[in-house]
Amino acid sequence: MAVSDTRHQTRDTSVRLRRNGKGERLVFLHGAGGWPSWGPFMERLAEKYDVLLPEHPGFGLSDNPSWIRNVSDVAMYYLDFLDALGDPPFHLVGHSLGGWIAAELAVRNTARLRSLTLIAPAGVRVKGLECGDNFIWSREEYARNLFYDQALAEQELARVPTDDEADIDLANRYMAAKLGWEPRWFSPALETWLHRIRIPTLVVWGRDDKLFPSAYAKAWAARIPDIEVEIIPECGHRPQLEKADVTAQRVLAFLGGQP
Amino acid sequence: MKFTFFHLMPYRPLDMAERRKHRAAWVVLPNALYDPKKGADEYEAYIDQLVYAEELGFDHIAVNEHHQTAYGLMPAPNLIASALIARTRKAKIAVLGRALPLASNPVYIAEEFAMLDNLSRGRLITGFVRGIGNEYHASGINPFFSHERYQEAHDLIVAAWTRPGPFAFEGTHYNLRYVNLWPRPYQQPHPPIWIPSMGSSETIKWAAAPERKYPFLVTFSGRDLVTRYLTMYRDQARQYGYEASPDQLGWAVPLYVADTDERARAEAKEGLESLFNDFLAVPWEMLLPPGYMSLTSMKNTIKMRKALGTRARMTAEELIENGTAVVGSPKTVRAEIERLRDKTGADNLCTMLQFGVLSDALTRRNMEMFASEVMPHLR
Repeated sequence: MAVSDTRHQTRDTSVRLRRNGKGERLVFLHGAGGWPSWGPFMERLAEKYDVLLPEHPGFGLSDNPSWIRNVSDVAMYYLDFLDALGDPPFHLVGHSLGGWIAAELAVRNTARLRSLTLIAPAGVRVKGLECGDNFIWSREEYARNLFYDQALAEQELARVPTDDEADIDLANRYMAAKLGWEPRWFSPALETWLHRIRIPTLVVWGRDDKLFPSAYAKAWAARIPDIEVEIIPECGHRPQLEKADVTAQRVLAFLGGQP
Repeated sequence: MKFTFFHLMPYRPLDMAERRKHRAAWVVLPNALYDPKKGADEYEAYIDQLVYAEELGFDHIAVNEHHQTAYGLMPAPNLIASALIARTRKAKIAVLGRALPLASNPVYIAEEFAMLDNLSRGRLITGFVRGIGNEYHASGINPFFSHERYQEAHDLIVAAWTRPGPFAFEGTHYNLRYVNLWPRPYQQPHPPIWIPSMGSSETIKWAAAPERKYPFLVTFSGRDLVTRYLTMYRDQARQYGYEASPDQLGWAVPLYVADTDERARAEAKEGLESLFNDFLAVPWEMLLPPGYMSLTSMKNTIKMRKALGTRARMTAEELIENGTAVVGSPKTVRAEIERLRDKTGADNLCTMLQFGVLSDALTRRNMEMFASEVMPHLR
């Protein structure tokens, strides 16, 4: 089955949406780097699930409504987004910024969710565990620090973006700063309310993540009651990209175990 | 013409070999490289230079704000302004400027300026800026909201100076139940506000608006850009239906005078090259954090940068050639200033006569030469 590539309207906001697969619906919320292409990780999930991959409002070519001021607004938007998609249940998966949005959504309302998967999520800060500064990194540092496998970083650095791609990257950087600059990649209130996430949760982290250290997984595990933790060795900040098969397998095992 | 003696107060004893191991002289440069004893000497020397400028007949003496950097040792320029008020009588004291968006409560800026205006009995000139992009890394303030905060802080400060208090201010970033300035400013309706800027059409349009008519000062730009931005301001004023007055237009420039062109170039070289390459230069990611300028301006800047290619170290010769620095004999310097003045109608020259590692002795001779051989001819 081919991946459908459409726009999706919720209230006043239209976003880009990729979708493929069949089964229970699974919504993947991307990270601050922007809307990912439909890679091997999505392929694997789409074998078992109806996978929806929206591009966040404000990113790339999605609408950029002025009422989005912070991550809470994006989380509230996604509650509307889920409502508009029809009957539950949904599986929610979020990476990095998308993990933060997913957690903010889940502390507000898990009624429509069957499970939550957080891959190297932003949103919580642990004092003393130093994070990378993606906003000061050069393009080269960014590529090198986000991958464990430097061959993959080389590949990324060799890619020359088209003008359209460069414009999209820039829009993404602007939105990343709007949502994540200060306080840097976290919301002080979020950790206080993580106990309200009472649905089955999986947190996945690349052991060698140089943006958010994998030791952060413990902080999430300590606050969400029904949680499993998976640390993937020899892997940077984007396990679903760098270790697509291992990560997909682990996520599918978790999802398959849910009633 | 009116003349300003402007200081950045760079930390000259900086170990440049160490400096080059780091991405910039800003934010991430380890402060172990700062020696307080040498630093105290720097402050003393620089304040003496500023005071001396009054004696030499400069109309304004000026300081500015930068954070966490060897480029400028004035995170709190009002402290220096206060010291200058106590040691001078006639010169206007210009703080060019305070970075409004960095303040958690802009009323504090309004209060401090009002104090300086009272202390000096109306000798204060204020400058409103957003700060270089680097300041957003240093302060943690979100660059995405820089423009919004600047506009709102400006409105709040001007209201605090001019509206009878107490009143409430209802904004997006600043919400205050009580705004009620004690002291009120000495000058009425309020101290002059200057807008120093690298030049952007948005800033020019805003500064030139009839309800503001703020003097505009182009900084760190070659003569073509200075001409372009000042012309833009005049055109904008005409579109608003008025003619910009010469004192609304100015530019800031590192400047060095000696008896011959050759000597001036030789003596200015190290100071200029250290200013532009070691103190000021920072990577793109620090200079222009996301949101610091509008997406459209940013795209234009990226295009321009692509056309220019990656820059190696700038040489003093290049900087002099394109007019970013004015260096030479009194005749050469006079001609260069006159040329730009006649082309743009600008009346306000902001001189930087100490720059980079330039020594006290050379700085003082430069000041004296400028005051005796250049200034009187342009008055």
